[in-house]
Amino acid sequence: MIRFILRRLAQAVPTLLAVVTVSFFLMRLAPGGPFDLERPLAPAAMDNLRRVYGLDRPLIAQFGYYLAALARGDLGPSFSFRDRSVLDLIARGLPVSATLGALALALATGLGVGLGIAAALRRGGIVDRLLGLAAALTLSLPSFVVAPLLQIVFGLTLRWLPLGGWEDGAPSHLVLPVITLALPQIGALARLTRASLGEGLRTQPVRTMRSLGLPPIRVTRHALRGALLPVVAYLGPLAASLLTGSVVVETIFGLPGIGRYFVEGALNRDYTLVMGTVLLVAGLVIALNIAADLACAWLDPRLRVAA
Amino acid sequence: MSARVPAAGPAGRALARLVRERTALAALAALIGIALACLFGPALTGHDPERAYPDLRQLPAGLAAQPDAGHLGSALERLAFRMRARLEGVVPDGDTMRLTLGSDAGVDRRSLVYLPRSALFGTPEVVEERDAGRSLVVAVPIRHLYFPLGTDVQGRDLLTRCLVAGRVSLAIGLAASLVALLIGVGYGASAGFLGGAVDAVMMRVVDVLYALPFVFFVILLLVFFRPSLLLMLVAIAAVEWLDMARVVRAVTLSLRERDFVRAARALGLGTPRIILRHIVPSTLGPVAVTATLLVPQVILLESFLSFLGLGVQEPQTSWGVLIAEGARSIEAAPHMLAAPAAFLITTLVALNLLGDGLADALDPRSA
Repeated sequence: MIRFILRRLAQAVPTLLAVVTVSFFLMRLAPGGPFDLERPLAPAAMDNLRRVYGLDRPLIAQFGYYLAALARGDLGPSFSFRDRSVLDLIARGLPVSATLGALALALATGLGVGLGIAAALRRGGIVDRLLGLAAALTLSLPSFVVAPLLQIVFGLTLRWLPLGGWEDGAPSHLVLPVITLALPQIGALARLTRASLGEGLRTQPVRTMRSLGLPPIRVTRHALRGALLPVVAYLGPLAASLLTGSVVVETIFGLPGIGRYFVEGALNRDYTLVMGTVLLVAGLVIALNIAADLACAWLDPRLRVAA
Repeated sequence: MSARVPAAGPAGRALARLVRERTALAALAALIGIALACLFGPALTGHDPERAYPDLRQLPAGLAAQPDAGHLGSALERLAFRMRARLEGVVPDGDTMRLTLGSDAGVDRRSLVYLPRSALFGTPEVVEERDAGRSLVVAVPIRHLYFPLGTDVQGRDLLTRCLVAGRVSLAIGLAASLVALLIGVGYGASAGFLGGAVDAVMMRVVDVLYALPFVFFVILLLVFFRPSLLLMLVAIAAVEWLDMARVVRAVTLSLRERDFVRAARALGLGTPRIILRHIVPSTLGPVAVTATLLVPQVILLESFLSFLGLGVQEPQTSWGVLIAEGARSIEAAPHMLAAPAAFLITTLVALNLLGDGLADALDPRSA
């Protein structure tokens, strides 16, 4: 168990290194720099700025310095938010994105898995058929359409909920962004659960249990344990992407999360901020994938032997 | 004459089952309809996608002929101002109207070209000249324009623009999916067929790629290098081939030890030939399902990027671009969001339903 985690963590190092390297050089290859203004700076001022931020050194040296700082846990200063470090910015934005993401994840998992089970138990029934349509529909609703629609209906027409803003996480400000984030995932999770449980219910051991006269609840519980494996495997990357925020949702609802940092940082050539965000996302993806694998091993003893 | 034999073989049975899936068929019909409309529709709507009617901005959706009474007045005011003339009288008379224009310096007849140039009116005819040219009575035919889905901020016909945008969205969706499909099938079939250490390494690479925040890289690429259709196509294909590779590899693993593959090997066929001629054709079922579900993902990613302003650029347009425009003017003109969103969502739902139907039809266990 411990060895498994350690091995996976060791495997994560090269992946993260690849992420850092690719994004570092990709950004530096791109035309433009962080201090390009509409009115160009005086050459002397530009040289000064570049020296202060270490941009005058050769690229390889800069990369070395960045890695060294990274090893100390320092993500460097932000180029576009003056006097703020990237860590500082992430510490401010992450709670916002993570709160929304965690709520959306809980909502999507609860509803999606629940509906999926209901559909699998009554294959071809009303729930099943409606769910087939509804899942295809929610999967096809882009957040940048859902968000403005929700704003119109609940914000402008009914005036039940605020149009946007964070307000220190007041519950009424959370409702619309959370629904927007959760909606497509409800469909995806329901579909996955239905397919997986449907298959599980047809396996030989489950049939045997049923023929032996076990109560349906116990049979279902038994089949569900194995059927949840693909769902859990899907939840890992999903959690990572939900927790790190969504550019679209945060822009439309005016939320100060980290989803926006990335696109804004890239547009402003804020090298360190982009690197910090990419690293955070990659790290979370890896960590949550390991967590998902552990959960799978807990659900299915056969995987423990393989690991 | 023998009775018609029902289609035999797995392909025929799958086809027969697909026909029974009514939702999937309806979805297929909807898709063909949308594709045909996008292909031929723009020529039939009577509007050029770039033609702007400055007097008819943000018209709501409706079937009434334009310009209606409300827009006629403001359009005439604007035109009279350009013609440096006063609007002294407007007498509507069926499809034409009689305009009385006045100007102290004399009405310049050449300025009458402003009327047809606005595209709202036909060629004017001078009926009467009064006060030595200081007043002019002209008969102007009023054109009847139809904007079933309304117009956008610049007064362009939204239906035409949605259809033209659909060409781009669908083309990118199909092209990027095709590239992703080729990479995924080639990679997955090779990994599965070669097996052993090669397979382990190749799939490990896929695992690593899965862990990369790929959409972030796509955004980075598009922000840093000027967004172009080709770059976006390559970027999307580079992200989306992973699922396909996994599916194909899994199927290939189960095919590898089957007798027909062994027979091919015993006949002395080379590995590339076996993969191409025997493995790949046998994976087509799951590949078709995955590909059908891949296209909506690609279209969604394209419209997401275009929504952020990183994808398709003006003057080209796609559903994502139109949705972004609509979202910006949502309070004043909600139809500008609704129209392209309806096209996009209908297409995505249809593709998803078709994919589900295909999956059910190809599932050998289903009756």
